[in-house]
Amino acid sequence: MKLTMNTTGKKAWGDSLFRSLTLAFALGILVLFAGILIALWHESAPAIDKFGFSFLTSTAWNPVKDEFGALIPVVGTLVSTLLAMLIAVPLSIGVALFLAELAPSWLRAPFGTAIELLAAIPSIVYGMWGLFVLAPIMADHVQPWLQTYLGFIPLFSGPPMGIGMLTAGLVLALMILPFIASVTRDVFLMVPKNLKEAAYGMGATTWEVVRDVMIPYGKKGIVGAVFLGMGRALGETMAVTFVIGNAYHLSWSLFAPGNSIASTLANEFTEADSDVYLASLIELGLVLFLMTFIVLGAAQLWLRRGVAGVDK
Amino acid sequence: MTRMQRRTMINRIILILSGLAGVIGLAMLLWIVGDVAIKGAPALNWSFFTELPAPPGMDEGGLANAIVGTLIMTLAATLMAVPFGVFAGTWLSEFGRDSRLGESVRYVSDILVSAPSIVIGMFVYIVMVKTMGHFSGWAGAVALAIIMLPVVSRTTEEMLKLVPHELREAALALGAPYWKIMPQVIYRAAISGMITGIMLAVARVAGETAPLLFTALNSPYWAHSMNEPMGNLTVTLFNYAMSPYDDWHEKAWGAAFLITLAVLSVTIITRLMLRKRSKH
Repeated sequence: MKLTMNTTGKKAWGDSLFRSLTLAFALGILVLFAGILIALWHESAPAIDKFGFSFLTSTAWNPVKDEFGALIPVVGTLVSTLLAMLIAVPLSIGVALFLAELAPSWLRAPFGTAIELLAAIPSIVYGMWGLFVLAPIMADHVQPWLQTYLGFIPLFSGPPMGIGMLTAGLVLALMILPFIASVTRDVFLMVPKNLKEAAYGMGATTWEVVRDVMIPYGKKGIVGAVFLGMGRALGETMAVTFVIGNAYHLSWSLFAPGNSIASTLANEFTEADSDVYLASLIELGLVLFLMTFIVLGAAQLWLRRGVAGVDK
Repeated sequence: MTRMQRRTMINRIILILSGLAGVIGLAMLLWIVGDVAIKGAPALNWSFFTELPAPPGMDEGGLANAIVGTLIMTLAATLMAVPFGVFAGTWLSEFGRDSRLGESVRYVSDILVSAPSIVIGMFVYIVMVKTMGHFSGWAGAVALAIIMLPVVSRTTEEMLKLVPHELREAALALGAPYWKIMPQVIYRAAISGMITGIMLAVARVAGETAPLLFTALNSPYWAHSMNEPMGNLTVTLFNYAMSPYDDWHEKAWGAAFLITLAVLSVTIITRLMLRKRSKH
């Protein structure tokens, strides 16, 4: 009797220690997240005190006069991300369909693996390729062509320099394409075979099966993948910094150089020589963190919704 | 045109468009990888791996210190993130499965997985670089560890959840306490999956640049300790590629090729391991 009590006592003690230890690390993740928010908010205090809400609406960026505003980098982040999504989403859904349903079966496995491997390539490689290979091609061929045929639209006006918003959007699109494509492919592959076969059996064409069976079935996963890709694009640094041009102008032209939040931080953070300058950069980081938090948070909520089978 | 003809025509158009998207997407990506290999491979000679960086204009020198720096910081980050992530993942799988707290830890981890890495770098700058007064290899390693952490904890959790409940019950029925069951039964059953997750996380942070910019900074010399700025491949690549010197550009391509090669080999090996396991 004594022995049993002893061992159970020891067991309970060891188990509760183990449980508390693992709990402490799990809580560590929450603490880390809160710590990031608090540290960024605390350190951006000089900028918040000085500029208040006008920080978000001001186009100023003048380190000499210590005047800073977030509007240009915020707009640059949104425009480059939007461009990237416009290019990458249709392309990656096309790629996913091709890999899941259309390609001859001997091609599917190697192509699918290739796409997944491409998603693992570091973004700095995409950025560097954009600078040395894509930007000259944009300047010499693509942008003059766009200007000749679409030059009457303000979006395609201005000198074709190769480096600028359009190239940044394109490189960003190439970087997120493998990610969105491989997740979407997995979603398409999860569609039960008998559903597809039933539709084919009723005489549906491949496109009709895709449109009426596969897309409705995988809608949740596809939308989730798109939003996760968008969250990545918003905060992407290296793919953008090389090719966005690093200039503080608001312009209608997509050929004009600009700046995103991440590229501003990458270029200027170690050079900030005054408290307000540093604080403004940290506040920019806070804005970026909140922007991605909203997009990623919404994506996760969307993906979690209906896990219990409420949503089809 | 009959209804049937219209349907088949629409079908054919969409198939062609989708095939075109597939081909364009793949071609662009293969173009990138091909360019990196063609321009990068010639730069990888003996001195690239053995010598310190040389000033621009001299066709010699290498990136030995940067290669070593990246390896050391990645290793240090792994040593920090793995225990942290494995314990957190253990709690999520074993104790926090249906609780509200578990759900919030999971939610926050999933957001941190895709959080902008440059902001993580900034956070480490605030808590480490600013308080210690100098850039350091440790700060770089901590930034990389923070990026690895949510990946490790979530994959650990998923892998532990795959271990059948009967195994736990059988061990408990023998009278073993939980803290002994975990290492002796559950971790052992899930180990190859956990290693896969860790390797994929390592491959991811090895190519990260943004979190090192304000933490490890960069250096053209051998680091004497991790308490000083530390040379690393990705930031060197960034600086070299942005410079106006042709010979530095060549080295940058070499670095890009080396990083791509390393990341892809780790990923491919890991996937082969995973496939072998699922066959058994």
